[in-house]
Amino acid sequence: MVDIGLGHYLSVAAILFAIGMAGIFLNRKNVIVILMSIELMLLSVNINLVAFSQFLGDLTGQIFAFMVLTVAAAEAAIGLAILVAFFRNRGDIAVDDANLMKN
Amino acid sequence: MIGAIAFYVFALAAVAAGFMVIAARNPVHSVLFLISAFISVAGLFVLMGAEYLAMLLIVVYVGAVAVLFLFVVMMLDVDFVEMKQGFLQYMPIGFALAALVVIELITVLAFWAFPDEATLARAHPVPTAAETVADPNGPTNIEAIGLVLYTDYVHYFQIAGMVLLIAMIGAIVLTFRMREGIKKQDPAAQVARGKDVELVDIGSGQGLS
Repeated sequence: MVDIGLGHYLSVAAILFAIGMAGIFLNRKNVIVILMSIELMLLSVNINLVAFSQFLGDLTGQIFAFMVLTVAAAEAAIGLAILVAFFRNRGDIAVDDANLMKN
Repeated sequence: MIGAIAFYVFALAAVAAGFMVIAARNPVHSVLFLISAFISVAGLFVLMGAEYLAMLLIVVYVGAVAVLFLFVVMMLDVDFVEMKQGFLQYMPIGFALAALVVIELITVLAFWAFPDEATLARAHPVPTAAETVADPNGPTNIEAIGLVLYTDYVHYFQIAGMVLLIAMIGAIVLTFRMREGIKKQDPAAQVARGKDVELVDIGSGQGLS
C-alpha cells in the first residue's frame, strides 16, 4: 500500500477511463457531458502513457502524451464548434433525435 | 510515506471529480469538476516526475479546454434538467459495463512488470523516477524532453502545429455566419466611388469658398 508503483497509476487510469465510458452511456442526451467524458478518457490514456514512460525510463511515452494532448485540444475545439452550429440549426442539443441527414 | 499519501489524495480526488463530472445535474458543475480532475491528474504527473506534462495539462486543459467548455455551456440556452432524464434508465447497464472494464483493465495492468529486456529496447533512455530521486543532478524532465522533441520528433512537433492550425480554421469555419443588416466598412465599395467624387485643388493659404 505504501510503495507506490506502476500498477497504482495504471489502476487510477483504468478507473478514470471506465468513468468516462459510463458517462457516455448515462448522458445520452447531453452532448456537452459526452464531450467531457471523452476528455476524461483521453486524460486516462495520458496517465497510462506517462506512467509507463516514467517507470521504464523511456521518454517516448511522454512525447506521445504530448501528441494526445494536442489532438484532445483540437478535438474539443472542433466538437464544441459543431455543437454550437448544431444548436443554431435546431435550437437544442439533444443527440437522441439528431437525424437531419436521414430525412 | 509522504509520496504515498500524496498519491492517494490526488488519485481519490481525480476519481471523485471524474465521477462527479458524469453525475452532476448542472453542466456548469460538471465543467468545474472536470477542472478539478485535471488538476488532480497534474498532481499525479508531478508525483511521477513528468513536470513538463503536468504544467502543460494545467495550461492547456484548465486554461483553454475547460474554459472553452464553460463558455459553450453558458452560451447555449438549453434546459439541462430535462436532459438528465434517461440517466436512471441507462444506469444499470452503464455502471455494469464500467465495472467490467475496470476489473478487466486492473487485472491486466495492476500487476504489470517490465521484462528485463525492456530496458534495452528503450528509444530515449532517461533516468526513471526512482533513479532521479537517487541522483538529483541528472537532466531535468523538461531538459530531456526538449532534447528529444526538437530533434528526433521535430516532424511530429510540426504536425501537432498543423493539427492545431486546422482545428482553429475548422472551428472558425463551422461557427462563422454572415449576418444581415450589419453596417461594416467595405473598402472595395469606397474605392469604386471614385467617379462620383470631385477633387478640388485648393491653393495654400486659401479656404474653400
